[in-house]
Amino acid sequence: MRKNGVNMIKISAKNVDVFYGKKQALFNINLDIEENQVTALIGPSGCGKSTFLRCLNRMNDVIDICKVQGEIVINDFNINDKGCDVVRLREKIGMVFQKPNPFPKTLYENISYGPTIHGMAQSKQEMDEIVETSLKKAALWEEVKDRLHEPGTGLSGGQQQRLCIARAISVQPEVILMDEPCSALDPIATAQIEELIDELKKEHTIIIVTHSMAQAARVSQRTGFFHLGELIEHGSTDKIFKNPDNIKTQDYITGRFG
Amino acid sequence: MNKNKEKLLAKRYSSEKRFQFLGKSAIFMALLFLAIFIFKIFSTGYTAFQKTWLIVPVNFDAETMYLDANPSKEDLEDADYFEISLQSMFNLDKNANEKQQNELKKMVSYFFEREIKQELINDPSLLGKTKDVYITASDDLDQVFKGNYPRDLPENQRRVTDYQLKIFDQLVEQGKVESKFNLSFFTYPDSREAELAGIASSFMGSIFSILVCLAIAFPVAVLAAIYLEEFAPKNRFTDFIEVNINNLAAVPSIVFGLLGLGILLAVFQLPRSTPLVGGITLSLMTLPTIIIACRASLKAVPPSIREAALAMGASRMQTTMHHTVPLSMPGTLSGTIIGLAQALGETAPLILIGMVAFVNTIPGSPMDPAASLPVQIYIWAESAERGFVEKVSACIMVLLGFLIVMNLFAQIIRHKFEKKWS
Ligand SMILES: Nc1ncnc2c1ncn2[C@@H]1O[C@H](COP(=O)(O)OP(=O)(O)O)[C@@H](O)[C@H]1O
Ligand SMILES: [Mg+2]
Repeated sequence: MRKNGVNMIKISAKNVDVFYGKKQALFNINLDIEENQVTALIGPSGCGKSTFLRCLNRMNDVIDICKVQGEIVINDFNINDKGCDVVRLREKIGMVFQKPNPFPKTLYENISYGPTIHGMAQSKQEMDEIVETSLKKAALWEEVKDRLHEPGTGLSGGQQQRLCIARAISVQPEVILMDEPCSALDPIATAQIEELIDELKKEHTIIIVTHSMAQAARVSQRTGFFHLGELIEHGSTDKIFKNPDNIKTQDYITGRFG
Repeated sequence: MNKNKEKLLAKRYSSEKRFQFLGKSAIFMALLFLAIFIFKIFSTGYTAFQKTWLIVPVNFDAETMYLDANPSKEDLEDADYFEISLQSMFNLDKNANEKQQNELKKMVSYFFEREIKQELINDPSLLGKTKDVYITASDDLDQVFKGNYPRDLPENQRRVTDYQLKIFDQLVEQGKVESKFNLSFFTYPDSREAELAGIASSFMGSIFSILVCLAIAFPVAVLAAIYLEEFAPKNRFTDFIEVNINNLAAVPSIVFGLLGLGILLAVFQLPRSTPLVGGITLSLMTLPTIIIACRASLKAVPPSIREAALAMGASRMQTTMHHTVPLSMPGTLSGTIIGLAQALGETAPLILIGMVAFVNTIPGSPMDPAASLPVQIYIWAESAERGFVEKVSACIMVLLGFLIVMNLFAQIIRHKFEKKWS
């Protein structure tokens, strides 16, 4: 994982421009994401953090008017190439959304859906194992092990979000994208998720969008600051928060705008 | 200033009161009309569920029927029942002259021979004995017994003669007239004779039409809706299609009847008067209803569910089939049922494609000629005989019952299975 004391690069975005129709939302983004680190994307609302995140698993494909240009290289492969299969890509790159969105099905079915469509379990027993490990990794197992066959929508908000995380890790993705995963949660649930993120980074590369600077400082090792569609500055979280190069970053960090 | 404010307040209160009063009276009017309608239908229709029978002694005389003492089953089938049937009616008045005998014969339905035959076939040991047999009374006497017949009209304006009334009154006095549940109303096909007319042919015709309509409209509409909502690009062309689907829903049904007449019957030479053609015609009408219902319930599925599935690596097809469509099914199904209920009540297009023909057989498949319930109502309402009046109301009751059950079903599906997204 470490080569000459430097972390391996997992994702590398090169000259990424994004347009919604005629409106340009991202301008020439160049950003390297390091493996097994938590990278936080911060910036004022509407600056394009979510848009960038959605480029990484090609979720922007869903939006008709959205056009993505530039290269995004994951494992030496440009995912914006015509030959890229989005199904395989999204199997490798999981996503957790702002609002918990479990399927209106049972807890078990929520977790087993991904492994089922990707043919990851040969037997019921294997599937049971996947469900159990995923829930354990998401720190939800103890709370729900007795009601796996109840609807996932019956859980509390924080539990639902952990269920969504468990669902995302059920297919053992290399990267997990999180778009403000705690913005709909109370402080206690937020603390649980943050703890979880720290645990998950051992096996996954994590990119988290957050509007809370405190959260970025707590959970991430790397931080990128976006402003009006541009990546103003990126680097180690320590540096960004203590000693940013750019005056805009400084202003944002110190709460002068945002 | 203050006074002005108070004035305004008073004005607001009184206008609200006025509005409430108007609203309440509108609802009251609507309920009143409904109540009158239902009362009228029930009060004229309930008697159709009863049927009047004359109890007539029949002498199963072997000789008159050209049977030997121990006839086989075939013999019984082939025997001549006309003579004994006629005799039993004539025996009601031994002194009747020829004209009166003819009137006696007309006191029962022309089915009387068959009813007597059935009696003997059910119990061959009756041969050579005399037994009281229940025979369907003629529709006019049926109405007399139900009190629906104006007996005080001059005789030449009545279809029932004084002589028939006299004999009938005697029978009533002897307890030889009985009213029983009218099973044949449900099991017999249509007939020119009111006492024998039933809804079996039109009921089955309606069922077959609805099934054909469902089999065609549902898959086509659901596929169209899914494609339009989940896959089609949003451009001028799909907008144009959308507008036209809405237009289709507003086309008067008789136009679809003309289409069925001009294309299904004239060009494709499909069999006339059949539920097959009726069902296809109705499906054109139901199609937009189901498409609109299905699209609405697909739209109601929150995008976050689609995103969740897509982000898990489900293809667009899998996302649609595993998540969106199942979640939209309750709404689609209840829309479908409501569409079918509309089709069930449709008359004009069916008349155009010939389902108004007189059909006195019960259809066994959608390819057999049939009527449908609303068309049956139309046919009977056109008939002159008094006996059909109650049948019209009874048929309306059956149709309404059918519709209520369907709508109830749609409501139940909607309330029980539809997910609430809040
Ligand atoms: N589906 C969309 N259609 C059109 N414009 C969009 C869409 N999503 C986002 N945008 C625009 O792109 C810009 C960046 O949005 P977003 O990435 O959601 O910002 P953030 O997540 O940082 O708040 C905003 O100006 C927003 O209006
Ligand atoms: Mg966002």
